[in-house]
Amino acid sequence: MSAALLIEQLLNGLQLGVMLFLIAAGLTLIFGVMGLINLAHGSLYMIGAFACAAVAAATGSFWIGLAASLAAAAAAGALMEVVIVRRLYERDHLDQVLATFALILILSEGTRWIFGSFPLYLDIPPLLQGAVPLPGGGQYQLYRLAIIGVGIVVAIGLYLLISRTRLGMRIRAGETDREMIAALGVDIRTLYTVVFALGAALAGLAGAMVGALQSVQVGMGEPALILAFVVIVIGGIGSIKGALVGAVLVGIVDTMGRFLLPKLLALALPASQANMVGAALASMLIYIVMAMILAFKPRGLFAGHG
Amino acid sequence: MSLLSLKGVEAFYGASQALFGVDLTVEDGEVVALMGRNGMGKTTTISSILGMVKPRAGTIHFAGKEIAGLPSHRIAQQGLGLVPEGRRCFPNLTVEENLLVAARGSDWTLARVTGLFPRLGERLGQYANTLSGGEQQMLAIGRALMTNPRLLILDEATEGLAPVIRQDIWAALRKLKVAGQSILVVDKTLSELLPVADRCFVLEKGVTVFEGKPEALTAELQDRYLGV
Repeated sequence: MSAALLIEQLLNGLQLGVMLFLIAAGLTLIFGVMGLINLAHGSLYMIGAFACAAVAAATGSFWIGLAASLAAAAAAGALMEVVIVRRLYERDHLDQVLATFALILILSEGTRWIFGSFPLYLDIPPLLQGAVPLPGGGQYQLYRLAIIGVGIVVAIGLYLLISRTRLGMRIRAGETDREMIAALGVDIRTLYTVVFALGAALAGLAGAMVGALQSVQVGMGEPALILAFVVIVIGGIGSIKGALVGAVLVGIVDTMGRFLLPKLLALALPASQANMVGAALASMLIYIVMAMILAFKPRGLFAGHG
Repeated sequence: MSLLSLKGVEAFYGASQALFGVDLTVEDGEVVALMGRNGMGKTTTISSILGMVKPRAGTIHFAGKEIAGLPSHRIAQQGLGLVPEGRRCFPNLTVEENLLVAARGSDWTLARVTGLFPRLGERLGQYANTLSGGEQQMLAIGRALMTNPRLLILDEATEGLAPVIRQDIWAALRKLKVAGQSILVVDKTLSELLPVADRCFVLEKGVTVFEGKPEALTAELQDRYLGV
């Protein structure tokens, strides 16, 4: 095992973490601010991917597709909030889960209806094709590095938005006392729509970027959603910082587990068994990590912090 | 025309009726005291004015406009600034952020609020949950003033505060009164409240039972409506 391979796998883990962060950031914001469990958040990720793939195919430009994915996901999110989700804030979590699960079915079938069951494919834009040399030999895809870069920029941007702007203050105030912030003249309903659309746009951005790495198809959102829930539970529900740390942790643990566990087990077991047991263990690893973290920090790593 | 005028307001918490007919007026530039024993409907009256409880009957006019039934934020935007019972500062925001979070208009600025409450000026960067009760009350008042309200409403202006701090709060309210600020205030300490008030209203079991100058609220009436 060379150092280059190890670095490559670490970067892959980081890139997966960044994707998860983009999805989890919206999910945790929506849960933290509105108290809403939105199972349909994965569908917004799917909508972003389809919008990008379809528009890029029609216009020949990945970048126009990327802009379209942001717009489509934000618009779908705002529409979803105004028409359906707004009625769920006062209800209990079971009602929210039921209603947003229905949204998954509706959006998945709607997408299948428009685009069919065959997956769409999206090419990496020419600007980001190619590879970058890694220290110790080996190469790394420029596009994946760009995803990591986008994730870092979004994380910084969100941090500044939440901690430095009037909108961020209102979001944090609404987290603790929404009746009071309304009684001071702040239109909390519009604020909620904005937060929801923002979270949706980030999920759409993640979907668009991942669309160039894997096929774009109905049902792509749910596996991502499950991982995003693991991320926000680890990070502490409502915490953006927690979402970032949790996402990078899950991304790296998952990727490195799949890479290293079979190799470690091969030291003690025959090769074929080591691969099988290693793969099985690796797929459980993030849940084991989550259980261990919750055993010591039942509310997650950064519960109660911005 | 009164700045604020409530006529025959009735309100419910779920199925149980809390207000049975509240009448109340506040004129421009006036300090009005709203009194009554615990559970007689003072906080419900204030919640009804601000739209946090929707009145089932009666009218509420502010600056000539019917506000009953509007959402809270629209009512507040008409020019009502609430200092709620229990202060309800945003604990996860700094003092400065608490003051800025809902700021509107230009008469009141950070500098003017910290001029009124110098202790807040020394603590602008602190989180609100690190403040003492008195400082939190100053912050809640400052936060409401930053919305440039035509009417400042205080529910329990000095409840649970040390006597020295209470004097600070009353001194600040007197300064506001001199500056022409209209105020509707609830407080339990009559000896401190009555000298500041231009007029008083007393509620009993959700109904207005007294309206008049503080002098007209005789010892006998105080005993009947406000004694323990």
